[in-house]
Amino acid sequence: MSAVAASPAPDPPAAPRPRAVPHLLAGPATLLFAALVLTPLILTALLSLNEFEYATGRAHGFTLAHYAAVLGDPYYLEIFLRTFRVAALATGICVVIGVPEAYVLSRMRRPWRSVFLLVVLAPLLVSVVVRAFGWSMLLGPEGPVNDVLAVLGFGKKRMLYSEGTVVVALVHVMLPFMIIPVWTSLQKLDPAVEQAALSFGASRATAVLRVVAPQILPGILSGSLIVFGLSASAFAIPGLLGGRRLKMVATIVYDQYLSDLNWPLGAAVAVILLAANLIVMLTYHRVVEGHYRKRMG
Amino acid sequence: MSFLELRNVMKRYGSLDAVRDFTLSVKRGEFVSLLGPSGCGKTTTLQMIAGFVEVTAGTIQLDGRDITRAKPNSRGLGIVFQSYALFPHMTVADNVSFGLEMRRVPKAERAARVEEALALVHLDKYAGRYPRELSGGQRQRVALARAIVIRPPVLLLDEPLSNLDAKLREAMQFELRDIQRKVGTTTVMVTHDQAEAFSISDRVVVMEAGRITQIDQPYRIYEHPETEFISRFVGKTNLLPGTVTASADGGATVSLAGIPVPVHGDGLGGGEAVVLCIRPEKLRLTAPGQGRVPGQVSDRFFLGSQWLYHVDGPLGTLMAVSPNDGEPPLEPGAPVGVDWSPRVVRLLRGGLPASAPTLEELE
Amino acid sequence: MARNGPVALIFHTLVVLFMLAPLAIVCLVAFTPENTLSLPTRGVSLRWFQAVFAHPDFVQSFWNSLWLALLAATLSVVAAVPAAIAITRYEFRGREFLNALFLSPLIIPHLVLGVAMLRLFALVGATGSFGWLVASHVVIVTPYVMRLLIAAISGFDRSVEQAAYSLGASDATVFRRVTLPMILPGVTGGWLIAFINSFDELTMSIFITSPSTVTLPVRMYMYATESIDPMMAAVSALVVALTAVAVLLLDRVYGLDRVLVGQH
Repeated sequence: MSAVAASPAPDPPAAPRPRAVPHLLAGPATLLFAALVLTPLILTALLSLNEFEYATGRAHGFTLAHYAAVLGDPYYLEIFLRTFRVAALATGICVVIGVPEAYVLSRMRRPWRSVFLLVVLAPLLVSVVVRAFGWSMLLGPEGPVNDVLAVLGFGKKRMLYSEGTVVVALVHVMLPFMIIPVWTSLQKLDPAVEQAALSFGASRATAVLRVVAPQILPGILSGSLIVFGLSASAFAIPGLLGGRRLKMVATIVYDQYLSDLNWPLGAAVAVILLAANLIVMLTYHRVVEGHYRKRMG
Repeated sequence: MSFLELRNVMKRYGSLDAVRDFTLSVKRGEFVSLLGPSGCGKTTTLQMIAGFVEVTAGTIQLDGRDITRAKPNSRGLGIVFQSYALFPHMTVADNVSFGLEMRRVPKAERAARVEEALALVHLDKYAGRYPRELSGGQRQRVALARAIVIRPPVLLLDEPLSNLDAKLREAMQFELRDIQRKVGTTTVMVTHDQAEAFSISDRVVVMEAGRITQIDQPYRIYEHPETEFISRFVGKTNLLPGTVTASADGGATVSLAGIPVPVHGDGLGGGEAVVLCIRPEKLRLTAPGQGRVPGQVSDRFFLGSQWLYHVDGPLGTLMAVSPNDGEPPLEPGAPVGVDWSPRVVRLLRGGLPASAPTLEELE
Repeated sequence: MARNGPVALIFHTLVVLFMLAPLAIVCLVAFTPENTLSLPTRGVSLRWFQAVFAHPDFVQSFWNSLWLALLAATLSVVAAVPAAIAITRYEFRGREFLNALFLSPLIIPHLVLGVAMLRLFALVGATGSFGWLVASHVVIVTPYVMRLLIAAISGFDRSVEQAAYSLGASDATVFRRVTLPMILPGVTGGWLIAFINSFDELTMSIFITSPSTVTLPVRMYMYATESIDPMMAAVSALVVALTAVAVLLLDRVYGLDRVLVGQH
């Protein structure tokens, strides 16, 4: 294209850009996601409907047996229930710790606020294997937590491979996911509103409960859903800290695929997990967010 | 001798006509402002001249060349954006130099012209700074220098002063006009600020709802508004609805609430509904019992160089402005007379529209 | 400005200790001279770090992860920049769908993605292929890049580009000289967060790596389930150090709070 203005030649037409432009721009990414997100998910859904022959390891035909097996067998039900319980517990503890922590962080002064935000959030970026390993040492039979318990006269406790340990480690991994959305809603909050409540004679507790809490509720809900979803599908923490005995959904999928080699059954568990996750996330998006958007503008 | 010519230019968005029948002819070296409230289509018009908005119908010619469908980067126009739109990652000198680079101007000449342009806007000391290190007024000058350094045939200014504070805005108005005179570039400015449009333009185009309502010199627009909209939009005014009772050659008598008022004007028929339009500074407050109508001061506002009075009387509440000559002002409640010369009364044909302006709206 | 009371500060201190404890113990134990997992109470030793560097599996996996993360982050940015421009700048059919699609790996558990990829790779005969592993990582890191890019591009004053056009710049010049430099913090921030996420990814990779493409997190996971000796702590400490460097870099170029918490 000529950069000179004064050419007398007729100029090519201006603004109307070809309609294909956005599709061309998004094309490579679309192809990639079609090939590596949509296709494998569809293939997996189909796989979960295939019959499986233990003798040959082949998968073919059509059956709902895997879903029936997973949803009907008390063994799997117990695992689903445990996963649900652990995830719910981790979520509850994350709310109890994460919400006040985000509030405390938001009330800190300038340099400290960013410093501690970094300290609290940065572990998010450290490999989950490292963090799980750290907890296995902290809570191990010779770990410092047991040493403290011994000194205090409680005696040593076997803590590894228990639900409690898995919950503690999950809370550690998930806490940033709770703090981030709550922090975000606190940022949007006008600090003058809380001061106004105090100026009308409300006590600090009342001001927090009646004025601050309702406004950060969407943040808490969104954080809870993320934490619950990630906890329910967490793999490394139950894998490393739950051991062989304490099975959760992610670990049975892993076993079905990589030790039992019953892929269709594993696929059925994965599909159920994905469906549960999507239902929770999308329901939240539709209902809660729409509701609060209206109220909060 | 028209240099930039817009003929029946129209822009339609879906079923909405943003701009209709826009015909304007700008002479070489002229400074023309498009004035109107937000949403009147003035910015859309400027964007069509610039090439950022497609023209639905009509033609735009620049120095005889049809540029209606030319790409923005081939038009060669200089544009100063409302947000200044400086390149934040480039120094002041690099910003100004960008257009010259695009024109493949040799390096030595480029440096000289950048220096010259920056000197013109008094920013020669700031060549190495980044836009974020400059004040609003300085950024505005960089934007201006960047636009004029390419010696564009036409300079387009989109609300160039609206982001500056009041005092700076006034100073920049004069400076802008000064620079424009020096470089002699044909200029089209968009603004919603009538004071800005009046003080620096050769001609003002008043727009309303996508249409041109009047094109004239600033003084004539103020003194001879052609529609009630313009008289309201441009400055403060008293609008007085009345009926023609008698007419003669070159003049007529209009009855305002039963009070006969002589006016100038041809071809008025008896019984015709008209609106008289009198600027507040054209009203004189006199001693009680004198003047054309009696009244009583109901409120007063100190404007520094002037006093603005609200005067209640048989014609309703009138606004009158008196120069602050150092004498004590009239007290609220004081009885006065209101007088004016028949020469200053402007007459608008046709009655007031349903939404006759209230006093509050006029302020 | 309101201040935190003593109770709040004690609570905050406990939370900080809780967050840092597992990382701190890993880094301390890495320096133990003993053969068992223990705090270095009797002197400090680098022997376990030496053991890591002498362990061919860990070294191989480190290089795998490094190349994987470099390639995945770079390709992700290359694909995401035009896609983000399409989504933020154009109205077209399927725009909302594409936006949701590009962000979907955030709400699909990596476990599910892992088994899904495994199925696909098995069908197309790509099991154990490094190229397909890279592609799968591009998919899971792209949402992070996308979010930053969309924020960067939509927070962008279009008139700056118009100014460049009016001064005679061509489309290519406007992109190279104006658009790209202005979204550069978003691009580099996105690249770094993509790099970190790819480098750390375990749950999906464990399904689709082969012995020759095993990544560092997968190697560490497998090592930790089999044997526990201080070498694991040393590897972990190295990962913590590497992450710390990346985090500081990220904080420098883009601001960590902006990456993690979003735009304000």
